Amino acid sequence: MRKITYCDAIREATIQEMERDPNIFLYGIDVPDHKGIFGSTIGLQEKFGKERVFDTPLSEDTMSGFGLGAAINGMRPIHVHMRVDFMLLAFNQIVNMLSSYNYSSCGKLSVPITIRAIVGRGWGQGFQHSKTMHSIFAHIPGLKVILPTTAYDAKGLLISAIRDNNPVIVFEHRWLYWQEEEVPEGSYTIPIGDGNILRKGDDITIVATSWMNVESLFAAEVLKEKHDINIEIVDPRTIAPFGNDNNSVGNNEKLIIDSVKKTKHCIVADNDWLSCGFSAEVASRVYDKCFDILERPVKRIGFANTPCPTARHLENEFYPNAKNIIREVEKMLELSPTDLSKESFYTYENKFKGPF
Amino acid sequence: MNHNIELNIELYKKLYLIRSCELAIQKYYHEDEMKTPMHMSMGAEAISVAICHAIGDNGQIFATYRSHASFLAKTQDIDYFFAEMYAKDTSPLKGKGGSMHLCHPKYDFMGTSAIVASNISVAVGSAFANKYNNHVGKIVVVFFGDGATDEGTFWESINLACLMKLPIIFVCEDNGLAVHTNIPTRRGYNSITDIISKFNCSTFDIDSTDVLEIYASTKEAINIVNEQHHPVFMNIRYYRYLEHVGINEDFDAGYRSKEEFESYIELRKDPIELQRLRLIKLNVNVTDIENVIDNKVSQSVIVAKNAPLSDISETYTHVFN
Repeated sequence: MRKITYCDAIREATIQEMERDPNIFLYGIDVPDHKGIFGSTIGLQEKFGKERVFDTPLSEDTMSGFGLGAAINGMRPIHVHMRVDFMLLAFNQIVNMLSSYNYSSCGKLSVPITIRAIVGRGWGQGFQHSKTMHSIFAHIPGLKVILPTTAYDAKGLLISAIRDNNPVIVFEHRWLYWQEEEVPEGSYTIPIGDGNILRKGDDITIVATSWMNVESLFAAEVLKEKHDINIEIVDPRTIAPFGNDNNSVGNNEKLIIDSVKKTKHCIVADNDWLSCGFSAEVASRVYDKCFDILERPVKRIGFANTPCPTARHLENEFYPNAKNIIREVEKMLELSPTDLSKESFYTYENKFKGPF
Repeated sequence: MNHNIELNIELYKKLYLIRSCELAIQKYYHEDEMKTPMHMSMGAEAISVAICHAIGDNGQIFATYRSHASFLAKTQDIDYFFAEMYAKDTSPLKGKGGSMHLCHPKYDFMGTSAIVASNISVAVGSAFANKYNNHVGKIVVVFFGDGATDEGTFWESINLACLMKLPIIFVCEDNGLAVHTNIPTRRGYNSITDIISKFNCSTFDIDSTDVLEIYASTKEAINIVNEQHHPVFMNIRYYRYLEHVGINEDFDAGYRSKEEFESYIELRKDPIELQRLRLIKLNVNVTDIENVIDNKVSQSVIVAKNAPLSDISETYTHVFN
């Protein structure tokens, strides 16, 4: 099968859906410009015309309400925010309006809108260009929140999001845009709510979100080589709904619980701050359902509890990586710390030269 | 003066229906069975009736937490209205909306919001969908108060609608108060219509309680939207008779006086009374009209009071579609 990047998978999903359904339109600040949201929207205005793919005034809140109005009137908008941080200007519309329109109208006015938001990182993005915030939105009933990790996920989940009759927020990590993978050329969906076992193993379960899956995979390889430890990585992919919230039928929570029942150990590596975050939600559910079989307390790995600094050496301290995961696993299993001096932990930090 | 008797009667029926419903709310609210914050429309009826009547069946309405008048003017569905006020199983909204969150898509009453100004952009998006889908002549009307014009999203929405040349009429129901704060305390400019007129749209500045006058202006506004293909902004003054939220007068609160209210009524007249006098001059039997409406409203209240509450399981339905 041909391989394409995460970025091209997003673009391909958008094209295939827009060809299928004329009610879909794509908009957001800088969507049709020459950079095309890091390449994910390049050429789409030329392909579908200015009526269906357009730039907007710098009015995030209003443009979100605009999408809501179009959605309850029969259309399927895709609204793109180049940074999660910019989407926060639309917090009122998303939280007060989009999340509850279906509920307050008793299902008479559904809101089939997809909101794409990119998580920045590195090369000085700092505290206003790097937020993740997925837990904040997952906290709100009525919103679906997905975090595709692989190129395959990106295409299948985005298609599901576009076809969903509810607001779905897609958190896309900027560094995942380069991930290359076999992706089917045709259209396919990954059900929202379904997780993915990214790596099979018996010794420890790592529940990872977004970029932290990349770090976890690397950590798992090192741990296999150095300690003969087999890590199982569970990527929930959807964090709202989670488990059977609101009668959801997704398996994301079940995959985690089943895995922990097998490994009896759990680390949550969330691409976010820890306090009141998704990692706490996972830990709580694991304690609730695996209390008797856990051999060690659940551990959580996430950002330093500070705003994100801009300087590279401080960023390295702020973000956890595979090294932190390896050390946490070693502590949990009472293994002596292995020599990591020959491992290269900052390949993506070195690859990403900005500016965005 | 328009002597089209039929039109005048239709307008009066809607005006009187709204007033009658709100008088019923005032009568029964103390029983504490309608457990929903009432933002009463009293004083504003002519605006809602004139505009909804002019728009007719080919328009969509978006409104605010103060939407009794526009809801009833557009839908005239008093059973739906009272069932929801009492949160009964007979309400299609099952008590999830209440007074502040009425919606009735069947009649193109597309929803309300209790966050000031937050429905304006939603209306703009709906107008975009109508234009995109070539629904020629379908116009969106969005109602909001003068307080909403302080919000950034109001200006963003005006800009967006003018930029995209959308079929929408913005209606500022201007009672001069954002809760209890008057306009001089909030604005660094004198005339909102002067400023809005600099955008690529048409503006109307109306200070009248005469339903017929507002109706005529709305017809003109509709023509502008349809023929000049740009939005219209209408600022329409009215006097809020009652407190911001609740069913009582609050002239003793200190932020305005009864004398101010009385001199306004002296000058502009109550919108229902004004239209009533017009019908009497036209030899219409207004008492018969009023009795029929009052009976319908009383009946609707009784039916709502006697219905069972919506089921507890409704809490969990419709979180997702």
